[in-house]
Amino acid sequence: MFDFLEGYDLLGAFWTTVQLTVFSGIIALVWGTILAGMRVSPVPLMRGFGTAYVNVVRNIPLTVIIVFCSLGLAEIFGITLGAPNDFKLQGFRLAVLGLSAYTAAFVCEALRSGINTVPIGQAEAARAIGLNFRQVLTLVVLPQAFRSVVGPLANVLIALTKNTTVAAAIGVAEAGLLMKEIVETEAQLYATAAIIALGFVILTLPTGLFLGWIGKRVAVKR
Amino acid sequence: MSSVLYDIPGPKAKRRNLLFSVVFLVLLGLLAWWAIDLMGDKDQWVWAKWKPFITAEPWTTYLLPALANTLKAAGLSMVIALPLGALLGIARLSDHRWVRIPVGAVVEFFRAIPVLIMMVFASAFYVQSTDISSDDRPMYAVITGLVLYNASVLAEIVRAGILSLPKGQTEAAKAIGLRKGQTMRTILLPQAVTAMLPAIVSQLVVILKDTALGGAVLNFTELLNSRGTIAGYYGNPIQTFAVIAVIYVLLNFTLTTFASWLEKRLRRGKRSTGAVLGAGAVEDVAGAGAGTAGIPAAKVRGSFSDGSGGTV
Repeated sequence: MFDFLEGYDLLGAFWTTVQLTVFSGIIALVWGTILAGMRVSPVPLMRGFGTAYVNVVRNIPLTVIIVFCSLGLAEIFGITLGAPNDFKLQGFRLAVLGLSAYTAAFVCEALRSGINTVPIGQAEAARAIGLNFRQVLTLVVLPQAFRSVVGPLANVLIALTKNTTVAAAIGVAEAGLLMKEIVETEAQLYATAAIIALGFVILTLPTGLFLGWIGKRVAVKR
Repeated sequence: MSSVLYDIPGPKAKRRNLLFSVVFLVLLGLLAWWAIDLMGDKDQWVWAKWKPFITAEPWTTYLLPALANTLKAAGLSMVIALPLGALLGIARLSDHRWVRIPVGAVVEFFRAIPVLIMMVFASAFYVQSTDISSDDRPMYAVITGLVLYNASVLAEIVRAGILSLPKGQTEAAKAIGLRKGQTMRTILLPQAVTAMLPAIVSQLVVILKDTALGGAVLNFTELLNSRGTIAGYYGNPIQTFAVIAVIYVLLNFTLTTFASWLEKRLRRGKRSTGAVLGAGAVEDVAGAGAGTAGIPAAKVRGSFSDGSGGTV
């Protein structure tokens, strides 16, 4: 029944999806944390920058960002991220750049709401014993905030996994592009859709369940 | 602005903050200078490339019709997805297991799959099984994909909205002898809809952004798709990107601001039960998968907004 899949690299495509998710996830987590730090910092200019970044990036479609990375950054400005001749690698890196720039805004917002769940008393007590802003944030508030946002961050990660399909718009060979290729040449539409859908369910469902379980375990009991 | 995270700055802290501001400003300035210089290097500041956008032609020929298509697809998707989502959401709260479980499976399934996959499927399905003309097909496919996905997201919003209402509402309805259907129709839904409004408006932003997928992958002639045509005609890809990005940001920022204004207003209002499903609830829900399955989004959200650290 699934003979028609011969000649298509199904596992390879999903492997690219996983790689896109992992790389973008890590970069977005780091960049999003820095942005969240900026948004609560005592320096008005940094707060302003953080707010502006989040509001602009969150309101532009991811597709526009990723297409811009390819047609704008790479083609016109010649920013090829160290792979000027290897178009496969270049597309992959540009997709990671776009995905992490976009996802970081959501990580930042999730973290910021996590910071809001930390009781005022914690920050007040930390200030009372003489800690400065950096110490209050890194030693007292952020550790508790991270524990309370595992659930929301898991949702961001799942959304990121699904968003990797947008990389199909610039020709990165991931699961979404493979599906488009298969349904355009083969007749077995339902079988193809079922397999690709199953692949995404397999990727997202365990992530959600596992991180949801972790989130409940590590949440600060109040 | 004061915050619980740091003391009100004294003279020393003020000087330090100023130093940080200056360093940060220099860094931003360097980045901007590099970007402006790069634009100059590639001849992107040439007036001829920006000029078309102050004339009427690109707007009336390309941008406005494309924007109309974007809005049409987003609006239609929302209008179709909302009743469907309400139905699914209520069905998921049913007392009958044979309704609740299959509907739950359907909702979780569609939330776990990327919208793009659904659009590609819908497009191929219309080619195979219907005789919709190839001009109309992208629009149909985009709306179908968006409806399938957003109906399941809205189902979760509706469910969370109903669960966010105080238990006393159902109990009081039972006490005066209303049946299940009556309780839902006359007591719970009207209040839940009010509570959900901000979340629904925010979902509209998500739908609007997702229409761009159809433009990139299915050749649906919406805003992002019109970019290629304009850039090809006037030879100004970067400038066109800038213009459509500004249009998207203005449109979505207005919607987001409206949603948070609505949320604030509803929270302040005395007539409701105080249950409000905030704009952020959408992101919690839209993440999909089983992440928060079982935990109503309202509860997740509730801990953020009524958490004690509100001033941070």
